This record gives sequence, structure tokens and C-alpha cells, in this order.
Amino acid sequence: MEVLSLLADGFSVALTPHTLMLAIAGCIIGTMVGALPGLGPSNGVAILIPLAFSLGLDATQSLVLMTAVYYGAMYGGRISSILLNIPGDEPALMTTLDGFPMAQQGRAADALVLSGVASFVGATLATIGLMLLAPILARVAFLFGPAEYFALYMLAFCTLGGIASKNQRKAAIAACIGLAIAMIGLDNSSGMPRFTYNNLHLMDGVDFLVAIVGLFAVSEVFIFIESHGKSSAIGVTLGKITIPVKDIVRSSGTMLRSSIVGFVAGVLPGAGASLGSFLAYMSEKAISRDKDTFGTGNPRGVAAPEAGNNAAAGGALVPMLTLGVPGSGTTAVLLALLMTLNITPGPLLFTERPELVWGLIATLFIANFVLLILNVPLVKVFVKLLSVPAWILLPGVTMVSFVGIYSLSGSYFDLLLMIGFGVLGYFLRKIDVPTVPIILGILLGNHMEDSLRRAMVISGGEWTYLLSSPIAIGLWIAAILGFVAPVFVSKFFKKPQRITE
Amino acid sequence: MSDRIFGSLVCIVALAYIVSATQIQTSFLTDPVGPKMFPIIIGSVAFICALTVVIKPDQSPDWPGPAIFLALLVAIVALVGYAYTLKPLGFLIPTAVASAVISFLIQRNFVTAALTGVGLSLGLFVIFKYALGLGLVAFSKTLIG
Repeated sequence: MEVLSLLADGFSVALTPHTLMLAIAGCIIGTMVGALPGLGPSNGVAILIPLAFSLGLDATQSLVLMTAVYYGAMYGGRISSILLNIPGDEPALMTTLDGFPMAQQGRAADALVLSGVASFVGATLATIGLMLLAPILARVAFLFGPAEYFALYMLAFCTLGGIASKNQRKAAIAACIGLAIAMIGLDNSSGMPRFTYNNLHLMDGVDFLVAIVGLFAVSEVFIFIESHGKSSAIGVTLGKITIPVKDIVRSSGTMLRSSIVGFVAGVLPGAGASLGSFLAYMSEKAISRDKDTFGTGNPRGVAAPEAGNNAAAGGALVPMLTLGVPGSGTTAVLLALLMTLNITPGPLLFTERPELVWGLIATLFIANFVLLILNVPLVKVFVKLLSVPAWILLPGVTMVSFVGIYSLSGSYFDLLLMIGFGVLGYFLRKIDVPTVPIILGILLGNHMEDSLRRAMVISGGEWTYLLSSPIAIGLWIAAILGFVAPVFVSKFFKKPQRITE
Repeated sequence: MSDRIFGSLVCIVALAYIVSATQIQTSFLTDPVGPKMFPIIIGSVAFICALTVVIKPDQSPDWPGPAIFLALLVAIVALVGYAYTLKPLGFLIPTAVASAVISFLIQRNFVTAALTGVGLSLGLFVIFKYALGLGLVAFSKTLIG
């Protein structure tokens, strides 16, 4: 009952005209971001954050806007997967497996509607899950001391490196790069400069937004220059939009199951939406009676990854809000937004800023309905976006990134640093070093060090203190398993590659 | 091969990082860990992982040819130039030039690139200035006089 009254308060925040307008604007922008090939959710949210600041929005409003963009991008990602066989973002990769074959059979409209409904089911169930689970987890999080937080940060890096990447050693290097960058600037406890090399600009440290926009958006431009904007896109025309009632009814069980699988995958810190859609697809395929039709345009193969992906997107907000540990790349970017707004995510957020948390949850419910309308009856409008050529889109994205970062700090140094991160990101992506652990390292580095040092102050320098509580031990075991297990499991769980024609 | 180079580079940087971590000044108010320990741990983990990458590298990716690298270099120069000219020259001209260059590098067509540059510059200016209310300067005052 307490939850319902809190939710009612949330709706009173969310239903103010200004907030509602921002949520709707966020949904529209988000679907566009998701639909545009080459502009994934983390990219989109990252380049919009500086602009949100320059609009002078308050904390609740900016969070509402950006989370609506985030949810919208998760919906929009499927459009280019189905019509062009190019995933709009990484989690939408699994949707290409059955979505594109369905489109080739002339059922593009059915696939779009079905996946839109599946997204809605996944996202709505995940929002309910968030509403129920987050307050409980926030209460558990009160038991967390510095030792537990340190173990939790380790868990986030380990699951991110272990499950979400192909090469654990490279993911670990990436995490170290991020952590090393986070150390630049004044030391939190002693106030002494570290790694600043007498450069005044480095005294404040490296702004994580600069790093995020550089690594995600600017490096994307270099990747596109390399590929000459060529895409092996095989376009499919879209007929009249009708609602495939039979398919929706038949895959309703799939949607429910996939939502649960996706939500659980999303809640794991560091795992995220890609894992959610992957596990949802694989488990649905495993229990299905007509296994061989998966990959040839089975409607359930479209519904499963979309429900899983959107449920994971909602689930990833749980650890981000309650523990301050993001569950995916895009929630890492959202965490950057919170930190820049001077909001410390964690258990205190739920007691001190209930209007923010519950306003956000209420907005997510509203956003889901808006997104269902945008993505089912109005999907044709967004399909038109697919014809925006890369040679207009990419320069546009670059200019928006520059103006955004410039309007934040007004310094050349940050712009140059952003270009530097873009170049670094390009090379790292070429040799398969994931960039998300770098972001996570920059975001969490100082918190991680602080919790380690605070733990050592409490124990008087006794290192065994890090393993002194059952929660900490559990987190360490999970961290080690998360890092090592994929080595053994990967033989059985091979990620299907994109179908190339 | 690429992995070997990457691994060796990370090894060198990690060592340099550890060395410069030992140079961090400690203040009189210090905790059991101090400001040096955590950076040294990070450097060591990076060093060990990079060493394993050197010993057991993955396959090299397909690197683009020299022409593409030249294009990337041009893009970087254009962006650095943009960063330096955005303030002194105002928004419109640097944005048009920089986006035209990037557009050209992706599509290799002068006319569409020039049109893209002008269009994006004007369009984004209108959006930023009037829809979002950012304080952008169209042309620099020194240019118009």
C-alpha cells in the first residue's frame, strides 16, 4: 500500500504539464535516436546531456527527459534491425535474427507492430519490477559499508568484463584505463594533486561527459569515415500497418517469460540490455517446440529479444538508482547525469528525494504508453528516418557534441580532450577493447578508491576487513564467478553472428 | 600483431603510471592506504593483463589502407581546427567548414558536402539559438567590425 501512495505522489510530479511535455519530447527524441543507424542509446543520451544542462532544467526534469530518451532509444533500435538488418543499437542485434527474415517475407509491418507491443510489455513489466524491487534493495543497501561497496564495484567491473565482452583481459585493461583516468586531479582525502603534471586544466580531473562523448560519439564518426558510409543495407519496403492479433496472442507467453529473463539480466550490475535480449532469445529458442524456425522469421523470435531488451533496460535502472552502480553502458551515462546534477544515487536517494525517484517511476509508466503510440500507429514516421544519409547525420552528431561540451565548460582544452578520446575510442574499438568499462572506471574510480580507503581507516589497515561480512564475501564470490564463468560457458553459449546475405 | 603493439604500449604506460604514482606527495594527514596505493594497484593490474595480451594476442583486425588513414588525419585536423576557431570566428563559419569536411570524407562529393555544411550550420544555429536558447554568436565581432 505504501508503494501505491508513493506512486500516486510520483504521478502528481509526473503529470505537471512541463514534466509531461519533457517526457513526451524525450520519447520522440529517444525513438529517433534509436532508429537512426549508428546512433545508439548511449551515444544519444551522452550528447544530449550537455544540452539538457544548458536548458536549465532541474534535477527531476533532466532525469525525466533523459530516461525517456533512454527508454525511447530501446524501442527505436528495432526499426532498423527489422527493415535494414542493421541493429540500431547493440541490444537490437538479436532482433535482426528473426525480424529481418520476417520483413523479407513481406511481413515487415507485422514484425514492427509485434516488436513494438513486445517492447511495451517488457518495459512495463520492468517498470513494475523496478517499483517493487528498488525500495527493497534500497533498504538492503543501508547495510552496505565501505567494504561492501568496494566489493560491489569489483562485481560491476567483473560482470561487465566477463559477460559483456569477448576478451576478459582486454576488458580488464579497459577498466584500468578508466580508473587510471579517474585518479587524475586532486586527491579526495589529502587534497594533493595527482597525475596533473602541473597542468591547471587537469586539476579538476577529467570530466566524464567529455570522455563519454569522445569515446562514443566522436569515435563513431571515425568508424563511419573508415567505412565510407557504406552499409550493406538491404532495404525492405513497408506495407500498410495492420495489427497481427494472432501473432501477438500466440507470443504473449513468450513476452512474459522474456520480460522476466530480461529484467533479471538487467538488474545484475554490469550486464545490461544486450545480455537481456540475448538470454531471452536463447531461452525462448531452447524451450520452443519449433526450434528450427527460429532464425527464419518466427514471430516469437522477434517478440522475445525485444521484450527482453526493454525489460533489461528497466532492470538496469535498479542497481543504478539504489546502489549507484550502473547495469549497462547507457545507465552508466545516466549515472554521469545524476553525478553532474549533484545527486548521489543510493539508499539515501529514496528517503531524501522521494519525489525524484517516484516521479521518475511514474514518468516511465507514462512514457511507455507514449512510446507504444509512437511505435505502433506512428511507426511510419520514424521509418522515414532510416533514409537520413550518414553524410548528413554524422557531421550533425559531431557538431551537436562539440556545441554541447563547449556550452558546458567553454574551454578549448575539453574539446581537444574529447577529440583525443575519440581517436583513442576508434583504435580501441578496432582491436576489440570494449569502451564501456573505461566509462565505468572514470565514473566509479573515485568512489571505489574512497570506499577502499575508508574501509582501511575503519579497520586500521587490516586488509582482511574487506572480507569481513557475509554480504562482502558473497559479492566477491559473485564477482569472481562473473569474471571467470564465461570462459567455460562460452562454448555452449555462442553468440549468433549477424546474418549476412 | 596489433594486439602485441597495444599490449606493449599499455605495459609501458602502466609502468610510467606506477612510477609517477610513487612521486605523489603525501600530506601529513594520511590514512593507512594513502594516495599512492590505489593508482599503483591499477597500474599493476593493467601491466599484468597487458603482458598476457602480448603473450597471447588475438587476431589482428582489418586495418584500413593509407588513404583512409589520411582521411582520418584530415578529420582530426578539421575537428582540432574547429575547437580552436569556434570562439574567435563565431558559430556559423567554423561549423559549416568542419561539417562539410566530415561530410566529404564520408561521401566524397564536393557539392553535397558543401550543401550539408551550410545546411547543418544554419539549421543547428537556429535550433540552438532559438529553440534551446544557447548563447551562440553567429559571427565574431572582430570580423564584422
